[in-house]
Amino acid sequence: MKPELKLKQTMLRAAGLLSLFVVISVALLMAINEFTQPKIAQAEQTALHQLLNQVMPASAYDNNLLEDTKTLIEPEYLGSHDPMMVYRARLNGEPAGLVIETVAPNGYNGEIRLIVGVFYDGRVAGVRVVSHRETPGLGDKIELRKDDWILGFEGKRLTEDNANRWAVKRDRGEFDQFTGATITPRAVVGAVRLTLDYVNRHTEELYD
Amino acid sequence: MTKSSINQTWRDYQDIAQKGLWNNNQALVALLGLCPLLAVTNNSVNGLGLGLATMAVLMTSNILVSLIRHWVPSEIRIPVFIAIIAAAVTIIDMLMHAYFYTLHGILGIFIPLIVTNCAILARAESFASKNSLDKSIVDALFIGIGFTVVLVILGSLRELVGNGTLFDQAWLLFGETARGWTLHLSADYTPVLLAILPPGAFIGLGLLIALKNYADQKLKKPGLVNIPVEVQTSN
Repeated sequence: MKPELKLKQTMLRAAGLLSLFVVISVALLMAINEFTQPKIAQAEQTALHQLLNQVMPASAYDNNLLEDTKTLIEPEYLGSHDPMMVYRARLNGEPAGLVIETVAPNGYNGEIRLIVGVFYDGRVAGVRVVSHRETPGLGDKIELRKDDWILGFEGKRLTEDNANRWAVKRDRGEFDQFTGATITPRAVVGAVRLTLDYVNRHTEELYD
Repeated sequence: MTKSSINQTWRDYQDIAQKGLWNNNQALVALLGLCPLLAVTNNSVNGLGLGLATMAVLMTSNILVSLIRHWVPSEIRIPVFIAIIAAAVTIIDMLMHAYFYTLHGILGIFIPLIVTNCAILARAESFASKNSLDKSIVDALFIGIGFTVVLVILGSLRELVGNGTLFDQAWLLFGETARGWTLHLSADYTPVLLAILPPGAFIGLGLLIALKNYADQKLKKPGLVNIPVEVQTSN
């Protein structure tokens, strides 16, 4: 056999084998993807449901929160140009509360993502941090796992009279700051306050 | 099989195990896969999770590479190995996403990044492509254990010093029954933040390497030359 022909043959064989491997890998990945996709979607829903129930007690509503939603693009109030989800809780068809995604853009280390639960009468049902990059040991006390500071919002309202009390103590408000970390709690209090302000202004349309 | 060949096989296995766990430990001697190692070891559970995922990938890739070693021409072996490793990692990523949802969220990008863990390609190239299936399995097992143990020790060390706890969030890996497993140091312990922050990873790993080298020196019998360290060809 001529050397060029042999070379060509070796190359073709190599290319064929390599393609075979890629095809097998891709087929396998597609099969596994098909199999895990519903499980991942289910795990996502469960996780989201658990998260929402932390800021809106399950006893307060009887509808499916995950299906009664609305999206808002309100960068001034919710801190982000992305659409934010609002989950609407109803009891016997009557408005019971809202769970709103919001962002504190001015954390010590970037965005702090929050969810805020608000009852129909304007009381805070709960606030939780969904994700953040604050300094471990200082700013991360906004996580419930580290500290119960975040529970301090529960039951509070934002009214015209107390608006200036919605700040950390250093800013003459009523919320504690952390030793060595004022920026983080200030950002969270500010974001919750803006969210409540928005809810107060738009209560009826939010339930539409 | 004759008695002496069985003995020989056992000696081979022992040799592979000793190299994987100690003499050629991927994290402490070969210093491979340091990026995920340093990034996720801020507590013991994360370390264990990533270690097990890495071990599963290593096992899959070593088995497959060893099985195909005779009929993949050497010019295309590296792309084939990469395809195998990438597929294995993606499969494990999807399975973890489905069954360990929260842990998957915490380990995040470091699961897909196992693809770039040089230790895995290094084992495929320098061991599995040249050795029989049984030896490649033993190799993957002990290299994996050696890597996981370092991840867990480093994670525990950093968690203990930097957070004052051990096995915090073990439920992410072991389910609801593990919620009470967290061990706390005394309540008035002041955590040393540095240990949890990135520099803590470098300092901790440095201490572990130093400790291993010290132990090697102590173990070395007088008059014996240093145990030769297998040099990795890949990086």
